[in-house]
Amino acid sequence: MVSPRYDRQIILKEFGEKAQKKLSSANVLVVGAGGLGTPILQYLNSMGVGHLGIIDQDVVHESNLHRQVIYTEKQIGVSKVRAAKDFLISQNSHTKISIFETSLTKENAIDIILNFDVVVDASDNFPTRYLVNDACVILNKPFVYGALHEFEGQISVFNHNGGPTYRCLFSKPPKENEIPNCNTQGVLGILPGIVGSLQALECVKIITGIGKPIVGSLLIFNALKQQYYKFKFPKKPENIKIYNLLDSYQLACETDILSITPKQFKKLIKIKSLQIIDVREPFEVKKHPLQGAINIPLLSLKEKLKEINLSPKVYYICQSGARSLKAVEEYQKHFPNNEFISLQGGLNTLY
Amino acid sequence: MRILLFGIVKDIVGVDKLDIKLDIPKNVGDLKKYLVKKYPELGNLSSLAIALNNEYATEEMKLTIQDEIAIIPPVSGG
Repeated sequence: MVSPRYDRQIILKEFGEKAQKKLSSANVLVVGAGGLGTPILQYLNSMGVGHLGIIDQDVVHESNLHRQVIYTEKQIGVSKVRAAKDFLISQNSHTKISIFETSLTKENAIDIILNFDVVVDASDNFPTRYLVNDACVILNKPFVYGALHEFEGQISVFNHNGGPTYRCLFSKPPKENEIPNCNTQGVLGILPGIVGSLQALECVKIITGIGKPIVGSLLIFNALKQQYYKFKFPKKPENIKIYNLLDSYQLACETDILSITPKQFKKLIKIKSLQIIDVREPFEVKKHPLQGAINIPLLSLKEKLKEINLSPKVYYICQSGARSLKAVEEYQKHFPNNEFISLQGGLNTLY
Repeated sequence: MRILLFGIVKDIVGVDKLDIKLDIPKNVGDLKKYLVKKYPELGNLSSLAIALNNEYATEEMKLTIQDEIAIIPPVSGG
């Protein structure tokens, strides 16, 4: 006997058995199992998508529970992909679930995305969003975009049927600190539920061919006003010509920048002479000078990049450790063969 | 002319729409300059999409008093 599980959507004449079959043979990767990812997974799973991939490196935190409604109090501290898998299996035991307990990186993106038909970007940071875009363009996979800012959500479908990509809308990632990034903003519990559900809907439309996916338009939902704003944008052919991932999708929430602890640094400075670049402003240096260091304020780094003769290892210092990290990022881009190291906590830790 | 503001642009300006009735900027580029002059923090945003009457706009597109503009920054939350 055929299960009545999907009867109520199969009786929709625009949907029918045909669309249900397409869902059951679809492979969908959801990047991020957080606020957006959880409603996406919940609906794609309940509606009968045959194979779901979930990628996330994080564990469930108590502060996730107000919006990531598939997780329970008992799962605090448990890996999100495992907790999500448990939920999804109990919700629909027919779905094949593949979990990737890692973040999406330039090393793994192509290998992982290759196995899926559609990608849903439910990440929470710009580097991952640009990485998803570039990998999907290289592999010619459509992806469903969703992103939040306070009470607003953006939704679109990129790289589908020759349509525009994320870079056609925003060609380059914003610079650091220009736009709030990562998981630090406030979010009203229900908003990712709405925006994620809209993404799941677009994903179902792409797979089944019903309706018209939102290709070439960006939809902005305003939760406080219950208003939608939509506008069209064209494809820029140069954005389809991506053949390799970038060397770096920096600005990630977790950086792999080299740094040194104040304890190690104090030891080292006693036993050998180091090339130290102090990236503070001149007035700060005047107040608390650091002997033996070259002063190049962070903001003038770019102009002075070529002026200095770098030794293979260079140490960066600032007052609290934030600017020196940025300096390391900047230099690493230009001098990949040198090793750049930032002092954690900056000069404040040395007094 | 009505200007709709989204994301961090709305936060910087402090309202979600502006109406300009006099001295309409000639084109989209001039409107951008006008806004940056009035709200200097907007000058820090390097990646903005601008829509003119619900279509993606480029800097040289001409403006009239009937136009509706939207300024949309990228957002990252999830």
